[in-house]
Amino acid sequence: MSEESGEDGPSSPSFEERLKAARGRQGLDAPPPLSARDTGDMGGMSPWGIGLRVGVELVSALVVAVAIGYGLDRLFGTKPILIAVFVLLGGAAGVLNVWRLFAPRPTRGPKVQDGGR
Amino acid sequence: MAAGGSIDALGQFKLEPALGHIGASVNFTQANLMMVVAGVLTFGLLWLGMRPRAMVPGRLQSAAEMAYETIYGMCTEMIGPEGRQFFPFVFTLFFFILFGNLLGVFPLFFTFTSHIAVTLALTAFVVGLVTVVAIRIHGWHFLSYFVPEGVPALLLPLLVPIEILSYVSRLISLSVRLFANMMAGHVMLEVFGAFVVMLGGAGIIFLLPAAFSLAVNVALIGFELLVATLQAYVFAVLTCIYLHDAVHLH
Repeated sequence: MSEESGEDGPSSPSFEERLKAARGRQGLDAPPPLSARDTGDMGGMSPWGIGLRVGVELVSALVVAVAIGYGLDRLFGTKPILIAVFVLLGGAAGVLNVWRLFAPRPTRGPKVQDGGR
Repeated sequence: MAAGGSIDALGQFKLEPALGHIGASVNFTQANLMMVVAGVLTFGLLWLGMRPRAMVPGRLQSAAEMAYETIYGMCTEMIGPEGRQFFPFVFTLFFFILFGNLLGVFPLFFTFTSHIAVTLALTAFVVGLVTVVAIRIHGWHFLSYFVPEGVPALLLPLLVPIEILSYVSRLISLSVRLFANMMAGHVMLEVFGAFVVMLGGAGIIFLLPAAFSLAVNVALIGFELLVATLQAYVFAVLTCIYLHDAVHLH
């Protein structure tokens, strides 16, 4: 409270900012950082939901990679090599998916706002 | 349900021809019938709901307006102002899946979203649309989506395939999530339903566990309702996120 009143003091130049802060305090504006996009739509999810989601993300990348590796192996006749490479790549892609799920998105906020203006 | 003392948990997902001989001749199954029902229900909700055009909405009109505004807000919030052009698509997708999931909770009805063929087709459509939108807006610049920022060029041959795999794996993760949730729920219902019948018929001392299974099934039905709505929502939200990525790249 003291922090906010400091912001709202007469030294604060922008009326827009003060209005926005006031509206935010009253809950008139939907606070943008709470949108599902920034929390990785984890807001209302149970631990079971999160676990299932992480599992699906990990496995799906691996499934796609194995399918591609197997197909390319059949195509080029290089039986075990490409599937081995793609299993590694698929595992990495799965970890990337999970990272995307949980990573804070520092570059996203301003970009979304730019699009909104 | 429990044929010969064993639990046939997957028999409920078998496709049967619907509508008698006409349906059988064109392979019109009960899944197709349920899709039509879902479409008709969505249309009916909006048409009947919005017919009174009342200033103070009644119950059905409130439901229709709330549905419209929720999805509209989701589109504009997540995709940006461009999201308005995708609103009809996301709306249709959400309500098709929502009614598909919810219809499956009713007895004797069929859950068409418990078939991976259906969910994969929906997902393929979403991913295809996202790719087409991205290419139409950005042209060849779309390929920069697969190049992470601030990475030394030496690592790119390794990272670009990983990014592409991550992009393609949406196909599987989106479809499997919906399919697995719906199928798992209905298998659980079937298993506990079979418990009730088998234990109830086994003798007087098994009546208590049978009652317990029945109680579990009641709780599961409620849980199914939650999962049905949540999964439809998650599908729509993820579609919006993918569309945002397609419109804005990163």
